Parts: sequence; C-alpha cells; structure tokens
Amino acid sequence: MALVEVSGLHVTAQGDGGAPSDIVRDIGFSIDRGEVLALIGESGSGKTTIALALLGYARRGCRIAGGTVRIGGEEVTTLSPAELSELRGRRVAYVAQSAAAAFNPSLRLMDQVTEGVRMRGLMPRAAAEAKARDIFRALALPEPDRIGARFPHQVSGGQLQRLMAAMALMTDPELVIFDEPTTALDVTTQVEVLRAFREAVRERHTTAVYVSHDLAVVAQIADRIVVLRDGAMRETGPTARILSEPADSYTKSLLAAAAPRPQQSQQQPSAAAPLLEVHGLTAGYGRIDRQGRLPIPVLRDIGLEIRAGSALGVIGESGSGKSTLARVVAGLLPAAAGTMRLDGVALAPTLEARGLEELRRIQIVFQAADTALNPAHSVERILSRPLAFYHRLSRGEQRRRVRRLLDLVKLPMALLDRLPSELSGGQKQRVNLARALAAEPALILCDEVTSSLDTVVGAAILELLAELRRELGLALMFISHDLATVRAVCDEVMILYAGQMMERGPGGVVMQAPQHPYADLLASSIPELRPGWLDGIDATRLAEARGETARPSPSDRCAFVARCPVRDKPCETEPPPLRRFTKGSDVHCHRTEQELLAQQSSRAGSAVIVPLQRLDRRA
Amino acid sequence: MSDTAAISSPRRRRLSAARQAGIALVVAWAALAAFGPYLAPYRAGDVVNVGVFAPMSAAHPFGTDYLGRDMLSRLLYGARYTVGVAMVATVLACMGGIALGILSAVRKGWTDSVLGRAADALISIPHLMFALVVVAAFGTSLPVLILMAAISYVPGSYRFARALALDINAMDFVEVARARGEKTAYVVWEEILPNMIVPLLTDFGLRFVFVVLLLSGLSFLGLGIQPPNADWGALVRENITGIYEAAPAVLVPAIAIAMLTISITLLIDGFSGRSRTMVR
Repeated sequence: MALVEVSGLHVTAQGDGGAPSDIVRDIGFSIDRGEVLALIGESGSGKTTIALALLGYARRGCRIAGGTVRIGGEEVTTLSPAELSELRGRRVAYVAQSAAAAFNPSLRLMDQVTEGVRMRGLMPRAAAEAKARDIFRALALPEPDRIGARFPHQVSGGQLQRLMAAMALMTDPELVIFDEPTTALDVTTQVEVLRAFREAVRERHTTAVYVSHDLAVVAQIADRIVVLRDGAMRETGPTARILSEPADSYTKSLLAAAAPRPQQSQQQPSAAAPLLEVHGLTAGYGRIDRQGRLPIPVLRDIGLEIRAGSALGVIGESGSGKSTLARVVAGLLPAAAGTMRLDGVALAPTLEARGLEELRRIQIVFQAADTALNPAHSVERILSRPLAFYHRLSRGEQRRRVRRLLDLVKLPMALLDRLPSELSGGQKQRVNLARALAAEPALILCDEVTSSLDTVVGAAILELLAELRRELGLALMFISHDLATVRAVCDEVMILYAGQMMERGPGGVVMQAPQHPYADLLASSIPELRPGWLDGIDATRLAEARGETARPSPSDRCAFVARCPVRDKPCETEPPPLRRFTKGSDVHCHRTEQELLAQQSSRAGSAVIVPLQRLDRRA
Repeated sequence: MSDTAAISSPRRRRLSAARQAGIALVVAWAALAAFGPYLAPYRAGDVVNVGVFAPMSAAHPFGTDYLGRDMLSRLLYGARYTVGVAMVATVLACMGGIALGILSAVRKGWTDSVLGRAADALISIPHLMFALVVVAAFGTSLPVLILMAAISYVPGSYRFARALALDINAMDFVEVARARGEKTAYVVWEEILPNMIVPLLTDFGLRFVFVVLLLSGLSFLGLGIQPPNADWGALVRENITGIYEAAPAVLVPAIAIAMLTISITLLIDGFSGRSRTMVR
C-alpha cells in the first residue's frame, strides 16, 4: 500500500483584494514505501506549497482549501495542532533549501541535531548522540565523532546541508521532504551532498519527496517525477520515461532548456586585433598596504583577451572573483595592479578618468534583473537615458530609438510606460539588455544574467544574446557559474578559482577536455541528464569535491592546492607557471601536459585511484 | 513564454482606510491653519462673556476661557501657530537632514565621519533641554522657536536619510548609472532621491508630530508663543485652573493636539505600508 496518498489537493492564498486565488489545484499522486518522488517545476509552480502540505502546513496567508493528504492512512489536513506536532516531529521530516538559515549560529551542531528527539523524550542524550554519529557517518561527513562539537559557521555549506539531513533522519521518519537542498551549493560541492543523500535514503529505505527545479539533479535521485507548472500537474511518470520520452509539451521545453545546444562557433580570424586586453590584473577591497598588498584580495594576476565580436565565458564558483572581474573592467572598482587596453589604447582604471566614448563602448548587465532597474523610472525613461547621455538624440529621435530597442529585445510596445515592478523577471532582464544596447557598445559584460531566471526564460535570454551577437557584432564577457550556459554562448572560456585563472582556451577544448585538475573537477561535477550519472563518479572525485570552501590564496601559490589530487612539492610554495598546451589552452599548473593527461587517463579507467594526500597531514 | 504574462496585470492604486482618514484629517488641519481666523466667530482677544470657564453652549461651542474669551475662536487663531510653526520647522529640519544625509552617503570618507559625529553630539542633548537653553539665551520669538525646533530635529532626519541613501546607493541601478559615466548630481536627483520619497514622507510626518509636541510643551511651560497670542499648548496652560471645574477650555486644546498627532500618525501608517520594502 502506498505510504502517501494525495488527491484533489487545493491550496489557496488570500489575495490583496480579498478573493482567494489558487496556488495549486487538483494535485493527486501517491508514493510507495521506499520510493523517491520528485516534484519539479519553475518558481511559482507550487512545488514547495505541495511539499509543505504533506506536513499539514500552509504558509502565511495560504490555506489548504480542499483535497486529502494521507500519510500511512492518516488524514493530515484534519489533524489538531498537537497531532500535527507529533506528525512533524516523528513521522515526516523536512530539509530546507538554506541550511545556513536553518541552524542557530550560537548552538553546537550536535545539540541542534539531537534537539528534536531529546525534546520529545524519544531517547536519552547519550543514545541520541550515538545515533547522530551513525547518521553523520552514513552521510559521509568528515570526523563524524567530532563534527558535532562544532558551531554552524565552522563547517562548509555542503556539510551543513548534510547535517540538516541528519537532523531530519534522527527520528527515522517515514517520509523525508527535501526542498531544493542543493540549489544553494556550488556545483563541485553538490555532487557529494547528492551522493550522501541518495545513499542514506537507499540504505534506510526512506520514502522521500525531492523538490527541485533541476532536472539533471532529479534524474540522479528520483524514481518518479511529477512535473508542475502554475500550480497544476502537467505530467507524471517514472524518471527514465519522463527523460527519454516526455509526453507533455512543457516537459519537452524544460528538457530542451536544461541542455542548451552548444554555440556554433563562427571561426574568427585569430589575427584580428583584440578589443579588450587585460594583463596582470589584481584587484580586491580595502586600502593597499606598504608592500602593495590588498587586505582582501579577490583577483590575482588575471590576463585575458576578447576580440571584437567574440564571446569569452568566465566560469567560477561563488567567491571566485568573477563578478569582481566585471566590475573592474567596467571601471566600478579600480584595479590595484595590472593594465587594461581597449582597442589597443590604455583604459584608465577609474570611471572618472575614462572618456565618454570609452564608457559607451563597455556596458554592464547585472545578475539581479530587478535591482538593476530604478523602481521609480518607467521603461521608456530607463531606455531613453543612455540615448540622451551618449548620443545626445532629440526627444523624437529618442522615442523612435526606444521602440527599435524594444523590438530588438522582443518586448511589446505596451511596456513603454510600465514601471519595473510591473514586469516579469525575464522582461526585466530584457530591459537591462536593451539599456546596454542603447549605448551601441562594442563589449557587454554579462554578469550571471540568467542565474536569477527560470530555466525556460533563461534559455530565451541566451538565445537572444546569441542573436544580438550575430546581428550587431557584439563582443561579450559572459560570466556564469553554470558551464552549460557558457557552453551555449561562448567561443572562449576562462576558469577562475578563488581569484586565480586556472585554465583558459577555446570553448570546445576547455569544455570537452579540461586539463587543469580544477577544470576537470568542475566539468565532471555538472549533473548530466541521465539516471546513473551519479553512480559513475569515482571515489577520488568525491574526495576532491569534499574540499573546503575556496579561499583566495594569501600568496602567489595556487589556491586550489588544498583540494588538488595531483599536487606536488612546489605547489605549496611556488606560483604555478602558465603553460600553453597543444590543444590551444593555457593552463596555470606545475604539472606538465603529459603528467595531467596521464593522471586523467588513469582516472578514466578508474583502475588506479590516485591517493589523496591531505596537505595538513604532510606538513 | 512567461515573459508576456505580466502585460495584462492591472495597476492597483488603492488607499487603505487608515490612510484615507489620515489624509482627510490632515487636509482639514491645514485648512484650519490657513483659514482659521476667517472662520472664527470672534476675534481672539475679545472678551465676550462675563462668565469665565463657561460650559459648552450654542453661542460658545467650546465654552469660554479664564478671561471669558470664546474658546472656539482662540483655538482657530491658535491653529496657525501650532500647525504653521511646526510645519515650517519640520520642513527646515527635513530639508537640512536630507541634504546632509545624501551628502554623507554619496561622499563617504571624512565628510561622512564629520557629519556623523556632529549629529551624534547634537542628538545626545535632550530636545526640551536644548529648547530651554536656546530660549534662555536668545529669548522667545517666532524665528527663534522655528530655528530651535528645526536644529534639534536635523540629526534624526540626517541619520534616516543617510541610511536610506546608503542602501539605495549600493543598488545595481545606481552602479549602472555610474558605469554609464553619470555625474553625482544626476545620480542623486534622478536615481537616489525618487526612491527615497515615500519613506521620507513617513519620516516627515513622524518628525512633525514630535515638533508639535515639543512646541506645545514649551508653550505649556510659558516659554513658547507669548500672550496675547496663544498656540494650543499655551491654551492648555492658560486655562489649567479650569481643570477643577471640568471646563471645556482646558480639555479642548489638549484634545486638539491629540487629534492632530493621531491623524498624522494614521497618515504615516498608510504610507509605511507601501514603503515597508524600502525601510527596514
């Protein structure tokens, strides 16, 4: 018999006008014992609402208006508050998206993990702690016997997320709800967390609901998938079937958006003079001290070239300094050292020292589409300003150009007198793009322009960017943490780690055959849209992924050394040399191309596992 | 594509009931301040009744005061002082505070440090004590009262405006404007200020209430508006002995002060509901 049975579930929200509006309607599914069901959809699809309804909970202002939710035969929607507390404390557990926000920073982890069972008097403290340590071990947490004594800020984000799962598993719940548990994690950390979750769920035969927007992640963990859109179910079926032969048109578009096709790179004449050249760029925050060092270094010795009309992808995880790079090139943050040249002419580090023409030729588009638009200005006013500022167009001329710009980014004219708050996320990002285009720039710095958007909307923006590049001959610096996005847009790629350039080269080469150990780790950490991908990852890679958070190196030595599987003696002291490899990529590493290749092939065969020597153990 | 979903969304411009009531009351008070003397049945100084502290009657709706003057007329004449003086003082305080606050937020560095410490110093002096010292030093007159009230409320307004401007200054759309090459004046007038208006109006209302209370308090002590003129605070003081006879003369000006401050507060509540996203 199924453990969870939901039928006709209907949740409404009390609207401003008093009339309730539907958030989800007509939801029905069942979950067998030991099965993992994924709820997948974009923001606003109602996936979290449904997950919370399984706890008998509706968010503030919302109400479970109809339908039944049965867990183990018991109707959840009609329980009294005391019974609900019992249900949530013992039988159904919830793992939230942001573990960092879910832990109390001033209590030790062990106290928080065991709090639930101790509070309910389910087991004495010693037994609870012993059980917690077992779960820590099952979730592959480092030092399972001692990690409980730490405070939340003393462990990494990936570890915290697993600790939260440990908290949920303490009571051996019948049902665990994972609500986007890896969305806030970096891609190299995500692999290990996913793996730990899956092992724990399998071992314990736990029934689980996994809420996510990411099909590739869901493919690794779920037995069945429910596709949601705008509060209604679009399709449901076994994972393999949904991925291979989706029946619904929306599922098809989700699948298409999850795997953007690589850009057909137009062969640029490599002799073309570079539009932007950057050499030895070092930047950070705080005042430079006597030795010329920054108190908070973010970027160290970055060099890059962008030719007219080409696109450079800058890839890095959070804290890698990729946004700082865009701000330095835009002039918003003056570099501490290094040179920049635009069309062969030296580019001043500060905005004040740049000429109007230089300012016009470099435009920046930010990640958060909504905060980049002045909430008090209409779309027309936002788009008119660069026209008046750079081109000194007359009013009538401005009005004509603004309409052309809207056309260019495929927005309807009806939006002209709208305020930003009246636009959707995708529309806002199009207005941001149009504002940058109004300057008629040679180079647009795109800082994570699709990260705050839903998959399908983001894919449309990427398409638009590619089209604009073709039609207007724009050069792009495309910054992202997502390799698939970069793959879809760029012909050259640069990989940053903790403010240092690790590898740079033609997109195809860096993406398909990454040479640097970090580039390799990054490329192999991206979930693929096929079940079983997660099982194919070997232990070495998991061990690498377990590394601590990326931190800028205090000296010139490689910042990746603590996580690197192939590090050598000089790695700990000497700055790595820049090597040009035969396939055309530049790699910052002490290892030679032959050494790296040999190491990779041994891994591919997975016969030899390169021993991971931890830095601290050797010292 | 969901890009087009928002096109048909209607614009909602609804006012909360509290805000509607607040606006109506504030308009009424402003009208009273402006036209009060023309509406008054008698002149403020005329002794119209031999009976002092007369109760409410048809001829004298609010009774008479300790000299037998018509209370309604006194109140209407006094509105000009209470509402008018407080308004001028608050406008001065807020304009000064906003200008300095934005200057601090945009310039940063030593400008911010100097202005910030000066505000700290001024804010550490209790308002009433500051008022007493000023009146003791310069005597009491309308300009002194207005300036004194304005100066004592500049630091609060400065701090509020600075915090707001700092927040907005760090937002991406301001960065975009700077990256475009815009001058500071444009950034302040076009990008920062329009987004401060709603919270600033809220702050203005709150400060106005404080100024009314400060000036009324000062008048109650006999250091504010001098006889034969009287603001509402002075009216309470003049007729304080009437409290033993339950005379309307002492209650009516007190109620008027309360009504004025409450109606402004209602208005603010309506505003702050809209601006909650901007102000923490």
